[in-house]
Amino acid sequence: MSEQTGQTPLPSTRLSRLGRWVSWGLLLVAATAAILPLYWMTTGSLKLQSDAMKTPPEWFPENPTVANYEKLFGGQEGGAWSGKRPASRWLVNSLLVAVSISVSAVFTSALAGYALWKLSFTGRRVAFWLVVATMMLPRQVSLIPLYLMVVGLDWMDSYPGLIAPFLCYPFGIFLVRQFMMQVPDELLAAARIDGAGPWRIFWHIVLPMSRPALGAVAIFSFMGAWNEYLWQLIVTNRPAMYTLPVGVSKLVTTLSQFDLGLAMAGATVAFLPMLAVFVMFQRYFVQGVSVGALKG
Amino acid sequence: MSSVMTASSVPRFRRGGWVFLLPAGAPFIAFVLWPLIHGVSLGFFDVQLGETRFVGLANYRRLLDDETFWAAVQNTCGFVVLVVPIVWVLSLGISALVYPMGSFARSFFRFAFYVPVVAGGVCLAMVWMWIFDQQFGLLNHITGSLMGVQVDWLGRTDTALASLAVVVISWSLGQPIIIFLAALGGIPPELYEAARIDGAGPLRRFWHVTLPLLRPASLFVLVTQTIGVFQVFVVVLLLTVNGGPAHSTRTIVYGMYETAFTPMYDFDYAAAQGSVLLVALGTIAVLQFRLLGRQTRLD
Repeated sequence: MSEQTGQTPLPSTRLSRLGRWVSWGLLLVAATAAILPLYWMTTGSLKLQSDAMKTPPEWFPENPTVANYEKLFGGQEGGAWSGKRPASRWLVNSLLVAVSISVSAVFTSALAGYALWKLSFTGRRVAFWLVVATMMLPRQVSLIPLYLMVVGLDWMDSYPGLIAPFLCYPFGIFLVRQFMMQVPDELLAAARIDGAGPWRIFWHIVLPMSRPALGAVAIFSFMGAWNEYLWQLIVTNRPAMYTLPVGVSKLVTTLSQFDLGLAMAGATVAFLPMLAVFVMFQRYFVQGVSVGALKG
Repeated sequence: MSSVMTASSVPRFRRGGWVFLLPAGAPFIAFVLWPLIHGVSLGFFDVQLGETRFVGLANYRRLLDDETFWAAVQNTCGFVVLVVPIVWVLSLGISALVYPMGSFARSFFRFAFYVPVVAGGVCLAMVWMWIFDQQFGLLNHITGSLMGVQVDWLGRTDTALASLAVVVISWSLGQPIIIFLAALGGIPPELYEAARIDGAGPLRRFWHVTLPLLRPASLFVLVTQTIGVFQVFVVVLLLTVNGGPAHSTRTIVYGMYETAFTPMYDFDYAAAQGSVLLVALGTIAVLQFRLLGRQTRLD
């Protein structure tokens, strides 16, 4: 990680006053374009269908309403899930799945990263290259075998079916191992002279020092699970087992008419928790992305 | 990946390695490695109601004559050609502008461009569905009032793919920007100083110092983006009707999904399509690393 915050650029890299204004202007335009869809989604969730379809469009909702959210959490009259509260269940499902996957990814990546870094066993190199290869290869290839497996185990419409394929997170193993390589060898040598075994070294030295990498693994696996779509779409048939992305996408495909406000409310409910996680743990996102890229 | 295998001066522990590896190893073999191998092998079989028969290359021969598959291959390549260079240029340009502006600007723009990544494909697809709408969409409102043009963006064969590419680009900038900003921080300022003394202006400094030194980061961005764009799926499923109009947006992964999970349930044929994707991505990764890796060393 070459985080350079706080370092003042040398005069040669400093821009002139005019250049600075032009840069800010260009960048703000680009950033606005990137954020605009999400603004449109969030404000759209506060509009009734009639307001959402207005031309010219309302840049700010003139009659903001929470009716879409009431509809979303209160069940759709006459819909496939009438009388239930599907969206709250989807939220719970998504949280449960994402948290389980994240916890498992941290646990397995920490141990495996350590094993691949400092422990000796036959096939260590092969194991490491398998991790790197599976990290790069498209997951879709395993989709059908995994589906057949889940059907065979009777795990359709169940949490094990949603979670199991993601218990091990190859990118996390890679990330933790690359990060652990920064732990100075002298530290480990000293601990070994003091008689510490692999478990004690892992628990007392390596684990505390790899906390940033583990934070990154937690965040990335959480985000991956929260935004996962294809797998969750395939293994869920019952609305009660949908996760947020699946449920939200079905708002469009199931209902006869595209209720814009309702769809935007669903998308906003899927977006805001992840945004909150991102805002709180932004540091780890940055670390995770840069460790993965630059230490490779 | 040169630092990956460096030997360490501390002797490794002789025993106990497998114990640490087991919690990850068991799910890795069961849910990652085995399905991958099974997925490739399935392509050589014919699976019919519990009965599996080896058919050699029959599924692949069928692929050769399958026009929808070739349309998917062509569109997938179209996505890569449209998205990857634009993402590379935009993220590199944005990072180069942001980096000298100090730490506040860096955090601010890094955040702004990463938010769409966090939002994920489904949320963005939902809102873009509305933005692209011919009647009530924001885009047609803007193009209509600026240029007097209103387009059925997702309904025309000549605009649908490019429209989806815009959506993909919108959530692809965050990661490369983080990578380029970190890599820019690793360039020694003395190099810029030396270039300046030699009389190089900002553009020449960018061309002769920044760009060559960012090659490893560029390589990583190009490879990961290519791999990511090859797997485009969500936008096709949610924003188009069966990869239409006229198969102009169907991608390889969408084709796989349709073959395996719509009422066809043709698992082996879908697996064959997956294997083609696997081979393509494996080849691209190796080639890109070889090509750009050699250039880096020559410098």
